[in-house]
Amino acid sequence: MPRRKHESLACWGNHPRYDCESARPETWHALDSSCADSEVSSVIARGLGRSYGDASLNQDAGVIRTERLDRALRFDEDTGVLEAEAGLSLKAINDAFLPRGFFPGVTPGSAFVTLGGAIAADVHGKNHHTDGSFARWTEAIELLLPTDNGAWEARWVSRDQDAELFHATLGGMGLTGVIRRCRVRLKPVPSAYIDASYQRVANLDEALEGFTGAFGDRTYSVAWIDCLTRGDNAGRSVLIGGEHAPTDSLPGELGTDPYAAPKPKRKRVPINFPSIALNPLSVRAFNACYYRTSRPSGRIEPAREFFYPLDSVLEWNRIYGKRGFQQYQVVVPFENGAAAVRTLLDRITRAKAASFLAVLKAMGASSEGPLSFPMPGWTLALDLPHTKRLDALLHDLDAISVEFGGRRYLAKDASLLPEHLPTMYPRLEEFMRVRDRVDPHRRLSSSLSRRLGLDG
Amino acid sequence: MSQERSKHGTVIVGATSAIARGIARACAERGDRLVLAGRDLDECERIAADVRTRFGVESFAVRLDVEDMDPSAFVQACAERLEGAIDRLVLSQGFMAEQSDAQGNPALVARTQTVNLTSVIQLCEAFVPHLRVPGGMVCVVSSVAGDRGRPSNHIYGSSKAGVNAYLEGLGPRLREQGVGVLTVKPGFVDTAMTWGLPGMFLVADPQDVGNSIVRAMQKRRHVIYTPFFWRGIMLIIRSIPGAIFRRLSL
Ligand SMILES: Cc1cc2nc3c(=O)[nH]c(=O)nc-3n(C[C@H](O)[C@H](O)[C@H](O)COP(=O)(O)OP(=O)(O)OC[C@H]3O[C@@H](n4cnc5c(N)ncnc54)[C@H](O)[C@@H]3O)c2cc1C
Ligand SMILES: NC(=O)c1ccc[n+]([C@@H]2O[C@H](COP(=O)([O-])OP(=O)(O)OC[C@H]3O[C@@H](n4cnc5c(N)ncnc54)[C@H](OP(=O)(O)O)[C@@H]3O)[C@@H](O)[C@H]2O)c1
Repeated sequence: MPRRKHESLACWGNHPRYDCESARPETWHALDSSCADSEVSSVIARGLGRSYGDASLNQDAGVIRTERLDRALRFDEDTGVLEAEAGLSLKAINDAFLPRGFFPGVTPGSAFVTLGGAIAADVHGKNHHTDGSFARWTEAIELLLPTDNGAWEARWVSRDQDAELFHATLGGMGLTGVIRRCRVRLKPVPSAYIDASYQRVANLDEALEGFTGAFGDRTYSVAWIDCLTRGDNAGRSVLIGGEHAPTDSLPGELGTDPYAAPKPKRKRVPINFPSIALNPLSVRAFNACYYRTSRPSGRIEPAREFFYPLDSVLEWNRIYGKRGFQQYQVVVPFENGAAAVRTLLDRITRAKAASFLAVLKAMGASSEGPLSFPMPGWTLALDLPHTKRLDALLHDLDAISVEFGGRRYLAKDASLLPEHLPTMYPRLEEFMRVRDRVDPHRRLSSSLSRRLGLDG
Repeated sequence: MSQERSKHGTVIVGATSAIARGIARACAERGDRLVLAGRDLDECERIAADVRTRFGVESFAVRLDVEDMDPSAFVQACAERLEGAIDRLVLSQGFMAEQSDAQGNPALVARTQTVNLTSVIQLCEAFVPHLRVPGGMVCVVSSVAGDRGRPSNHIYGSSKAGVNAYLEGLGPRLREQGVGVLTVKPGFVDTAMTWGLPGMFLVADPQDVGNSIVRAMQKRRHVIYTPFFWRGIMLIIRSIPGAIFRRLSL
């Protein structure tokens, strides 16, 4: 049995934090025995811990850290299909394949996520309305699953092979098996640069309208909302759009080697900021500053800067201090969506719960995953510093979301109440049937699954 | 990259260790052709596939159990894969039992010495005549644990001290042929060997350690501590007089 480490773990929000029994296998043999470890009551896979809440935590039970099983195994330049271990990060993919003209079909706002985490949360990017979620780019998944004799067995699933289990794994939050390998399609891109445009709009209505116009047709689109300002300027926003920049659009010397973008320098937030640093005033200043400095017109930027603006500041989550923060992300259907977004923002503003990041985006069609988050509608995401009163606010927001037919993103959740789950995710039963079939004894379990009654 | 892209033929033994994987990636990034050897052939195949897929280099997996091997057959296998051009031999195999388990356990003592010391000498002796002259290189991952014998870890430490002494002699022996010898003394590295062990501090990332080892090979260094600050720590520890060292509970 490989050694386990007793460690206190949290995800990106630094809240909650639990003692877990961590294994970090470096070989497939070690992975097998970590899964089958009978000294822990259950196990859950953990990638790079970039979900925000408790999805990859397992209080007093087993966590399998996959970051050392990160090998790229095969790449087909003709189809763009990469076979790799689940612990491979999008950062590593970009380092190896962007210089060769390939980029992940879908990328979240951080490259420090693993393929396993991207599949298990069925992540979306700024191109959800055009390119779908990670599911659309996932061709096959190899899962490790418990068997009756205590050993675990490997099984490839795809749209042609146990499609039901494959679908349940897309957005299944690690509860349908430990992903060992997968085959994902990368997309050919003309350069390592993005032709980006920034446009200021005065209020929320204009921001929402923006998505229906030319801006909404761009491959990548997102809006940053200042949700602290009240009165006439309430909802002032910056619309951010982008396209992969064709070689001939690159200025002078860049065009000669369109895939050789500079690697960003990294800074690190050295210590946990005292929580006081994040009062509503300092955040207001930050938001206003961002609002002013954003460029009004188009410009060519390295893809890494466009997609991962915060990745160059390692451990930026520490600015929220020891107490941590939660990210609240919902998607509400387009019908009455504007009213829903306004009601949610209003509730947050009234609570004076300062938000660093308020991000709005239009989502397109859902994927096949019964527990996958994206659906057609507006998605809104905000970082909220953790306080004693935060959960109450989030519960209010959940009630509002449910009223408007919306749902919360489980990868960012640490406080949803179980009663909302079946309403938010109407295909929940389908998911549970798959769980009952492949893991009737709930050897797979997480703090999230227990909190939400997903083990029942 | 740039002018360093010299495409060495490099053999790495103990290839499944995290430090060795770090070395393999750093070598592949510079364009080396690699033979990756270990007792778990499937793992070695995956590591070979990884460097091939990421960096586009040629790579080969070979099975080798250093406790049960025919060194000259292994040299032969490597020479075939690398078409005769063996530039570098990197040895990273290692075994560390709990000191308390090894005490009074002849099998664990033998295993420690075989994996860490005997196999290192056997492989070096087998490869030396086949390394490129001049320009060849032998690099062995030893440990700071070989610098002083501590009650808490001296069975492992003695094997690494043996490695250090052997390599200290091998260096001058091969100097005239232009073959370099590098002794690597890592401090604590975050690998399977140390995962979950109590008392770890300043634990280094194995890829960083791998990068620093490959840089040291490029510069044809003789001895390195990695991360670098262990040189200072060990300078102090080595200078403690025996009479005092004996009273410290390390
Ligand atoms: C700055 C930042 C920006 C972000 N932006 C976005 C965004 O734009 N869109 C978006 O969708 N998300 C976004 N996220 C969230 C992030 O993409 C997801 O939470 C992702 O799942 C994190 O991947 P991870 O490897 O860190 O996994 P973890 O956080 O460790 O785990 C997440 C889930 O995946 C499961 N999992 C991980 N590996 C495996 C495996 N091998 N087998 C089975 N299950 C596994 C875990 O059990 C858990 O349920 C962002 C996060 C950050 C920090
Ligand atoms: N981690 C540290 O803090 C530290 C500090 C100083 C020095 N070191 C040295 O660094 C080297 C690499 O160790 P590591 O930390 O990366 O730990 P590791 O993963 O335990 O590496 C040990 C390696 O030795 C291999 N090995 C053991 N017995 C073998 C055998 N009979 N035949 C072939 N290969 C065998 C292992 O192969 P399997 O995968 O098949 O088991 C593994 O690849 C070792 O020499 C170690 O002593 C480590």
